[in-house]
Amino acid sequence: MSEVVVSVKNLKKSFKDFKALKDVSFSVYKNDVFGFLGPNGAGKSTSLRCMLSLIDSDDGQIEIFGKSLRKNRFDVLSNIGSIIEKPDFYKYLSAFKNLEIMARISGRQVSKSEIEDIIHFVGLKGREYSKFKTFSHGMKQRLGIAQALMHNPDLIILDEPTTGLDPQGIVDIRELILKLSKEQGKTVILSSHQLSEIEMIANRMVIINRGKSIIEGDVSELLNSSQMMVKFSCEEPERFCDVISNEFSNISEFNVTDSEIEFEINREDISEINAFMVHQKIKISGIEQKRKLEDYFIKMIQNED
Amino acid sequence: MLLKNTYNELIKILAKPRSYIGFIALTVLIGVILLAMKADGESFISFVTSSFEQTLSFNGLILNGNLIAFIILQMLIIHVPLLVALVTGDLVSGEAAMGTLRMMGTKPISRNSFLLSKFFAGAIYTFFLTVWLAFLSLIIGQYMFGTGDLIVLNSDGLVIIPENDIMWRYGLAFCLAYLSLLSIATMSICFSVFSDNSIGPIVSTMAVIILFTIIGSLDVPTFDHVQPFLITTHMASWRSLFEMPVPYDAIIYSILILVFHIVGFTALALWWFNKKDINT
Repeated sequence: MSEVVVSVKNLKKSFKDFKALKDVSFSVYKNDVFGFLGPNGAGKSTSLRCMLSLIDSDDGQIEIFGKSLRKNRFDVLSNIGSIIEKPDFYKYLSAFKNLEIMARISGRQVSKSEIEDIIHFVGLKGREYSKFKTFSHGMKQRLGIAQALMHNPDLIILDEPTTGLDPQGIVDIRELILKLSKEQGKTVILSSHQLSEIEMIANRMVIINRGKSIIEGDVSELLNSSQMMVKFSCEEPERFCDVISNEFSNISEFNVTDSEIEFEINREDISEINAFMVHQKIKISGIEQKRKLEDYFIKMIQNED
Repeated sequence: MLLKNTYNELIKILAKPRSYIGFIALTVLIGVILLAMKADGESFISFVTSSFEQTLSFNGLILNGNLIAFIILQMLIIHVPLLVALVTGDLVSGEAAMGTLRMMGTKPISRNSFLLSKFFAGAIYTFFLTVWLAFLSLIIGQYMFGTGDLIVLNSDGLVIIPENDIMWRYGLAFCLAYLSLLSIATMSICFSVFSDNSIGPIVSTMAVIILFTIIGSLDVPTFDHVQPFLITTHMASWRSLFEMPVPYDAIIYSILILVFHIVGFTALALWWFNKKDINT
């Protein structure tokens, strides 16, 4: 197992009577692109704010680079680049001046040529002396990434970085994150409420909901689990359930609606059930399969709505 | 880090258009007063001196730059704080409203250094505003009206200060004026820490100045115990420097009260800012 970069244990935070974080724990390893997944209001931003000392947790431990955040705030934050929620800068200053201001308190020496380089890297060359208030949303996001990267941190925290971007902007940000991880060896924590986005770039992830971390692990393992939620459509749902109950002892819980029957099953059993139903002369008009985690996450979001 | 961020804060203040409102307002206000005095100053002075003309004879240049500076300082010392608060009241809350406080909060600078750098930048801004006030009222006043003895009317009667005994008094008077403005700047920054919108602290500072000025001017026994501790009471302490003899004890007491307010507001702001959750 590679080096632990971030270790969060039993994080709790309340705002008056509202418990924003009840028990959040996760670990991020070196070179991870770590997905921080949860529906809106799950506690993602609050957790990230705690990790950046924007808010003080009520309880729990945060260790980054093996050091306690509380005791080593300067050292830890010097090695983190971040965008929380949306990148906000001084609208009456140019992009370059904004970066100069941020560089001065970044904890590391950042020269003017390094600022120029990072502006070039994020594709804002030619607009560096334009005032921030004239920037489009995509350009603001790029400038946000520039300020997160300019002091060459080892850990980058991006809170929903693709929100509000056009499709090309989303692709650009994804490619940038992968480039940072693969070519520059950075560790990236990426929060999102979209499973598809995490699936595309992250190698590990945690899902949090209602202030609690629900599940953590490798994205490929979690999403490619053989456990599936399968929905069969047929003309005789009751008979279908009876046959399944008699023949497949591992399946006992069904969710029946009209002509649809939904239940949890192993991936390899699907074709066997289908063949068995053909043999029993039960006509199957449709089979819809979803990964259990995906189904769980969609239900979680639907409950939020 | 404190010095680096103070430099950052000065760049931000210089880039904000509202930072120049105070300088423009002072220039316009003092310009209007100077022009009005140039046009009709003699009748204004004769209105004041007429009650003494039966017992005193006034010779020489009474309407001079020294008197003009005194009149301007007296007229504006209650209003200039509003111009200071316009900038300093926005220093923290403006960043919270804009979202930049969140960006700055993730940087490796302690909250104490971050806030103190705002206090220092606010103090530097206030200093230059005071210098501008002094330049316009005293230097431009002397240039337009010449110099001469200063005749001051106070509660004890007329005080005539010889021309060669004036400049050191003005030097100290502007230092005292600066200290009073600094206490207002500190108060507005303190209010700014408690707020997440940029207008609230500015309006609150104005409200406190108006409230304290009213309490300070009301001759009600209930307020007698409060008046000696109000900032606004001591904002007029510069006038004591134009008394003969100068009441140094009263001036030192005023300085102590103003410094107490500055330290108190700074400590309160630091305490709250350190425990504040940045949620904006």
